[in-house]
Amino acid sequence: MNRPLTQPHAPPQAPAQARDSAPPAASAYLDAQGRLRPERVRADFPILGREVHGRPLVYLDSAASAQQPRAVLEAVERYATTTHANVHRGVHALSQEATAAFEAARDTVRRYLNARSTREIIFTRGTTEAINLVAQSWGGAQLQAGDEVLVTHLEHHANIVPWQMACARAGARLVAAPLTPAGEVDAGAFAQLLGPRTRLVAIAHVSNALGTVLPVAGMVALAHARGVPVLVDGAQAIAHQRVDVQRLDCDFYAFSGHKIYGPTGIGVLYGRESLLAAMPPWQGGGDMILSVAIERSTYNELPWKFEAGTPNISGAIGLAAALDYLEMLGRERVAAHGQELLAVATARLRTVPGLTLVGTAASKCGVASFTLAGIHPHDVGTILDREGVAVRSGHHCAMPVMTWYGLAATVRASFGCYNTRADIDQLLAGLDKVREVFA
Amino acid sequence: MEIRDLYRDVILDHNRSPRNFGRLEPADATAVGHNPLCGDSLSLSLRLEGERVKEIRFNGQGCAISVASASLMTEAVAGRSLTEVEALYREVHALLTEPAHQSAVPLGKLMALAGVHEFPARVKCASLCWHTLHAALEHPHEAAAPAVTTE
Repeated sequence: MNRPLTQPHAPPQAPAQARDSAPPAASAYLDAQGRLRPERVRADFPILGREVHGRPLVYLDSAASAQQPRAVLEAVERYATTTHANVHRGVHALSQEATAAFEAARDTVRRYLNARSTREIIFTRGTTEAINLVAQSWGGAQLQAGDEVLVTHLEHHANIVPWQMACARAGARLVAAPLTPAGEVDAGAFAQLLGPRTRLVAIAHVSNALGTVLPVAGMVALAHARGVPVLVDGAQAIAHQRVDVQRLDCDFYAFSGHKIYGPTGIGVLYGRESLLAAMPPWQGGGDMILSVAIERSTYNELPWKFEAGTPNISGAIGLAAALDYLEMLGRERVAAHGQELLAVATARLRTVPGLTLVGTAASKCGVASFTLAGIHPHDVGTILDREGVAVRSGHHCAMPVMTWYGLAATVRASFGCYNTRADIDQLLAGLDKVREVFA
Repeated sequence: MEIRDLYRDVILDHNRSPRNFGRLEPADATAVGHNPLCGDSLSLSLRLEGERVKEIRFNGQGCAISVASASLMTEAVAGRSLTEVEALYREVHALLTEPAHQSAVPLGKLMALAGVHEFPARVKCASLCWHTLHAALEHPHEAAAPAVTTE
């Protein structure tokens, strides 16, 4: 928080070391036991003070998009009111300050992921664009007829469709590992599907529809033993798990700013430098070139090789502010708070007559997905909305998961660092209202 | 606007016990409608007698609003001439999208859908069946009319 905009970015070669402990959170955010006080966190999110249909807003849709704390809103505004100019091109003061702030944001992301180098951190529009970048650039160069890309049945459409497109171009085949009834990836089937034709594994870190946490490190080890690189869709994990790309040993990791309390329109692709260096650019334009002649161009170095055009500068700065905010709260404390809320919500939802939890994996985070007997999720969503409770109802852009369970849709309540037990009380009261209307 | 303005007794009743649910085999006209937003789908089959709807059935899955709307629609259009059905189609569309719409033709039980326009996210749920019916009647003699979507 309050990082000066002109802070020079750390040298790209800075030794990559995991932080052993989060910096101490301001004591106002902690209770006597050192746990996060969500009521205090809440006060940092101006939008949570509004009403919906005359009721106080209860926001349980952070898995779709998380709200932004004042620290993010202020960083974005400060950049726009004091620093904005185009990056990487002006000799004037503003352009240099904007460049320094943008590249400092890249280093903040690098530290957050514990990547070795800022050359491995590429800014994108979001998770979807990051995956499309790999599918087009890496996939275009590497996939050949007869190859296979291995995903799972719980992927978000953003980790299915780009691979379908890449496979169609190459004559390759998309293969999906099945799930267990609890919504975990069937480990035996995954190991079996990882075959001699598999060229890439692309898996979610956390399922957006079910909340299942995948054993990514183990899956990566299994793939690497066969020489297969792994892309991890981290959109749902990044706000809830400590993500250390060196410890996971994954080759690509994608996430979105707006799922981690940052702005929309900014996201990140982490890529192992040796892979990124060998990949061709995917979009052409300014910033990604060193020199252009009509005959040919030479491309810029990493990471800019993959960042054609003026980037989302203020988005990157807002994202860095969000990461700093979470470091201030303490990532482990935020994760522990999320686990506690999910446990409370799960226990309480189990008491609702006719309610079935969808996704009961041993390791979950962030999400409680469910159905109510005889009541369509959209009706549940509308009635909860009138009570001020915002949940997602639908297929969650993960239709293969819904098909797997034989459902068209579920209701999904998802939790962020600002949610409280009182929010869960309101959800339960809202479900009583649903059952009353449909009695 | 209270939630019961949307979920009126007639809506809840038709959701619980949909009328004319099923499939006519053979049928003179059929069509399938999808709401890609929620994954809901609906299929209609009709038997015609000259320029008149003799019988109509629907099946599929959907929310209370879409099921009740389809059920109410089958009751409203059975026995009607195609011109009358077309007029109803236009009037229901206006009822779903305009505040306090004064209908030119009596809508009867279809007036139970009057609350929907206050819930913009749910208009498509109520209108899917009517768009699907419109498509079925536009292409009555084709084996399958083009799939209708709300998008």
